[in-house]
Amino acid sequence: MFELSREHEEFRRTVAEFATAEVAPYAAQWDRDHHFPVDTVRKMGELGLFGLTAPEEYGGAGLTGADGGFTSLCLAIEELGRVDQSMGITLEAAVGLGINPILTFGTDEQKATWLPDLVAGRAVAGFGLTEPGAGSDAGATRTRAVLDGEEWVVDGAKQFITNSGSEITSLVTVTARTGSRSVQRDGATVEKPEISTIIVPAGTPGFTAEKAYDKLGWHASDTHPLSFEGARVPAENLLGERGRGYAQFLATLDDGRVAIAALAVGCIQACLDMSLEYAGQRQTFGGPIGRKQGVAFQLADLETMLRAARLLTYSAAAMKDAGAPVAAFKQAAAIAKLHATESAVSATRIATQVFGGYGFMEEYPVARFYRDAKVLEIGEGTSEVQRMLIARGLGLPVE
Amino acid sequence: MNIVVCVKHVPDATADRKFESDNTVDREGVDGLLSELDEYAVEQALQLREKRSDEEISVTALTVGPAKAADAVRKALQMGADKGVHVSDDAIAGSDYLGTSLVLAKAIEKIGSEQKVDLVVFGMASTDASGGVVPAMVAERLGLPQVTLASVIESQGDQVRIKRDGDTATEVIGATLPIVLSVTDQSGEARYPSFKGIMAAKKKPVESYSLSDLGVEASEVGAEAAYSAVEEATARPPRTAGEIVTDEDGSGATALAEFLASKKFI
Repeated sequence: MFELSREHEEFRRTVAEFATAEVAPYAAQWDRDHHFPVDTVRKMGELGLFGLTAPEEYGGAGLTGADGGFTSLCLAIEELGRVDQSMGITLEAAVGLGINPILTFGTDEQKATWLPDLVAGRAVAGFGLTEPGAGSDAGATRTRAVLDGEEWVVDGAKQFITNSGSEITSLVTVTARTGSRSVQRDGATVEKPEISTIIVPAGTPGFTAEKAYDKLGWHASDTHPLSFEGARVPAENLLGERGRGYAQFLATLDDGRVAIAALAVGCIQACLDMSLEYAGQRQTFGGPIGRKQGVAFQLADLETMLRAARLLTYSAAAMKDAGAPVAAFKQAAAIAKLHATESAVSATRIATQVFGGYGFMEEYPVARFYRDAKVLEIGEGTSEVQRMLIARGLGLPVE
Repeated sequence: MNIVVCVKHVPDATADRKFESDNTVDREGVDGLLSELDEYAVEQALQLREKRSDEEISVTALTVGPAKAADAVRKALQMGADKGVHVSDDAIAGSDYLGTSLVLAKAIEKIGSEQKVDLVVFGMASTDASGGVVPAMVAERLGLPQVTLASVIESQGDQVRIKRDGDTATEVIGATLPIVLSVTDQSGEARYPSFKGIMAAKKKPVESYSLSDLGVEASEVGAEAAYSAVEEATARPPRTAGEIVTDEDGSGATALAEFLASKKFI
């Protein structure tokens, strides 16, 4: 049987206590005000949540795979997500998209410059990949970076970038065309864009985080469109190898899928907890509604979804910590993300139904989870992308 | 400097708590945790260690209790204490404050026989028995000054100054180490253990003592030696629904006032 270690369970309890005391009481207000709570992010940093997968020299926990560092990050995301999906995604994106690319591909100098603040939660960073006309289709990237002497000049636009415009955002890493190269395809020579990643510090003239999006959910998460108009950064801000920008991004994507699955598990757990409590309290026809099979069976479904999603998620996380072969982990990550996020959307639908009319009222957190859940099926690879990957994992030549 | 923090493993207040047939608390059949009020004591000890980086400070978490009480020590180690001591002996079960303070004092003496103990820190009370008298008793047994109910703690060299907030005045008290100190829940929020701290705690040393290790006779402690006994324990009746006054004709305020007067609140 798959089990978490005692230390992981104790850590889960710690984060659960933190989430209950420091996040839950304010989540509804932050959601209403579209407020990104910088002080709480800092407290999450003090608890070490941003450094669970970072080495000690940058202020991280310095854990090895055997310690289960990635699993601990997933637990933290789940437990924050159980009370507030916005704070769960803030942590997930800060680590997966902010810290990881620099940790994995950065030079010693880049790491020393940026990581200490990011790991401490004093700063967050965004990853600018998606554009109005390009997401998973990297070839369509239009943002350009041209080397002018000792500087890159970045022009273009990015969209849906998490943690990119908060008052503590220290940088965004952006993918940009830095040239093109000729490749042979079907006997013909075609020009393929060369994509590289470049670190653009917040406050760089010409770089603007535009007004935050008005989103369906994740209101307390910081998400902006970005524009670059002749934004100049030093040549040494190239992150990793020139021309490997998209490949580098793909390499960090699988972890993010498992982390989003963990966020979905937190959502399902919240749905079950809220529904169970309500089904015991709410009286109709002389008894609690939990006595009715129509309600009770739905709660049974929630519990079943929760267990399945949790097992898929944490076995994928354990594979990552154990250093499983890439192909096997990729498949496990895609399956966990697909199943957990689609279950989360179903779970919020069930929970709002259990709450009846109250489920439609913003006065109850159920409505917030209902709005927050949908994006789980979209961010870090849509359900369709996961299905494509899983089918390819089966050996099917899916386009 | 050598600091000992006394911590207690108590039943989780949110769990279904029970008593044994002899009216002592059932400590095995219910989930337990480090008493919340003792977390403040651990926090203050750790803060002292951090503030006084000029000298080597060791923080030892000490507990007395059955096997499960080791969890309280482990939590203190996860928060950052350096080592733990767990005194466990079947004969201790049912001890009153006097018995408990004897075991604690002897354990502190034993810890001090290896390296002099400069400071003993307690929470203001436990969250289960809520006596709040053990710090004073331990101070008396050790022959040390007791500086209790501190909300602010400052230290320099061998001097400690604390603030104690009373109902009518705030006192500032100075003392010279070694002392026994107790801290209130106003002394500063306790930190959460990080995952790094949880992993590090696995490698920290925890010593186990029995009564004979401490030179305490079984007859000196436990329910038999206790000066008091719980004769009866009754669960508090469930709360009944409150009374709702609906103000339809302007008589609401009068009704409220009458209610409060009938209960002698006003």
